[in-house]
Amino acid sequence: MAETTAVQAPEVKKKEPVFGKKERKLLTDPLDDNNPITVQVLGICSALAVTTLVLPSLVMSVAVMFVLAFSNLLTSLLRNSIPKQVRMIVQLIIIATLVTVVELTLKAFSFDVYKKLSVFIGLIITNCIIMGRLEAYAMANKPWRSFLDGIGNGLGYGAILVMVAVIREIFGKGSLFAGSALEMKMIGASAEYWIDTTQSTFFGWYAPNNLMVLSPAALLIMGVMIWVQRSRNTKLIDIS
Amino acid sequence: MHSTGYIIKFIVTLTGIVALVLAFMATALKPRQDRNEAIYNKRAILAAVEGPLGKEVKNLTDLDVQEVFDNQVEQLVVDMTGATVDDAVILKRKYKGTLAEDIDMAKEKKRPESERLLPVFIFDQDGKKYYIISVRGNGLWDEIWGNIALEDDLKTIAGTAFDHKGETPGLGGEIKDNPSFPAQFKGKKIIDDNGNYTSIVVRKGGARNPTFEVDGISGATITCDGVTEMLYRGIKYYEPYFNSIK
Repeated sequence: MAETTAVQAPEVKKKEPVFGKKERKLLTDPLDDNNPITVQVLGICSALAVTTLVLPSLVMSVAVMFVLAFSNLLTSLLRNSIPKQVRMIVQLIIIATLVTVVELTLKAFSFDVYKKLSVFIGLIITNCIIMGRLEAYAMANKPWRSFLDGIGNGLGYGAILVMVAVIREIFGKGSLFAGSALEMKMIGASAEYWIDTTQSTFFGWYAPNNLMVLSPAALLIMGVMIWVQRSRNTKLIDIS
Repeated sequence: MHSTGYIIKFIVTLTGIVALVLAFMATALKPRQDRNEAIYNKRAILAAVEGPLGKEVKNLTDLDVQEVFDNQVEQLVVDMTGATVDDAVILKRKYKGTLAEDIDMAKEKKRPESERLLPVFIFDQDGKKYYIISVRGNGLWDEIWGNIALEDDLKTIAGTAFDHKGETPGLGGEIKDNPSFPAQFKGKKIIDDNGNYTSIVVRKGGARNPTFEVDGISGATITCDGVTEMLYRGIKYYEPYFNSIK
């Protein structure tokens, strides 16, 4: 949590629009300029582990977004009454409660995905992004903005997760959305696939890449993403 | 700064509220979760007889699975001597019911070999019987398990389905994820022509004997050896039962 950049919104007394420029920025900032994964480099553990397939990554993103948004909201509502000495413990109670809610709900309504994500749902509790946002944002800002900040960071996290998962699933398994009703077969050695590697002149050399299935692949892909993002986005270039 | 009294009050209230909410949710969703768990296990059992069933288990709805189980599957629990076990013995081990589906192989595996209970599922398709048995062993990282369907001659494998707790995806995980691995077992024999028990060997570098061996998965030698060991030991447990019904 050390790398968290503190975002302190100025306290303004004037009446402001419910969804103005600042609110929009709360949603868009984490997608690029202040992305929790590629810029703050938080929440890497789950990003490495669940991104072998797109479907579990999507569910994981939604779960994290839910936990992030509502723990931000609850923490922000309680921010003035939370005793400073035990604030971390209070935040953990809130996070753990929401994670348990997610786990119970998934187990009851989406058992297959629950089985696929297994231990990683429980590990949302230790996802640094959540504690980071609570400490850096929700403890100092109003509920509505904290909620939006949670949604924004959830989206930022989810965007990276899904991008990594799409790459890993196509090149590692040759499919897309495997396990869902939308399942598509992309690259492989039979007519069932969109690109049939036994027929295609361009992809004839291709065999499913086992490295893509292992976690180091996610690290490599995310490294490349960070590189691409930093060379594109001038705000992120270190001057040193 | 807040006083210690305030902190204690705050924490106790918060914990109380949270406990109430979670307890309520857990109780309300429990029946649904148990049903999901039961259907999940039934799917795993039916996956071993996908061939005779003629349908892919993953395409069946929960209701279909339940229906197949109700109409075509007979369940019984046997002990290591092959005798059917009394309900009282099963209940004594704190299982939810006395059917084979209630037996938890993970718990049984922890008991001494002579005391274990073994589930048997007899699947009936158009009058032809298939005996589905459960085996459990160790892979590379954690436990692996599977259901093996035998034809009614009790020596030819009709189908298998494996699962694992923590094998590497793409390597050992292929015993579950790659349908061609369990498919290899179909038609293999566990008993040779002289009546000796042989089990099936998952052979590194490719099967040498087409009747008793299947191809290993490259990069997953330890998981494959685990499967071999699990099959050898697990199927043997059922020998007394098979002998009693021959």
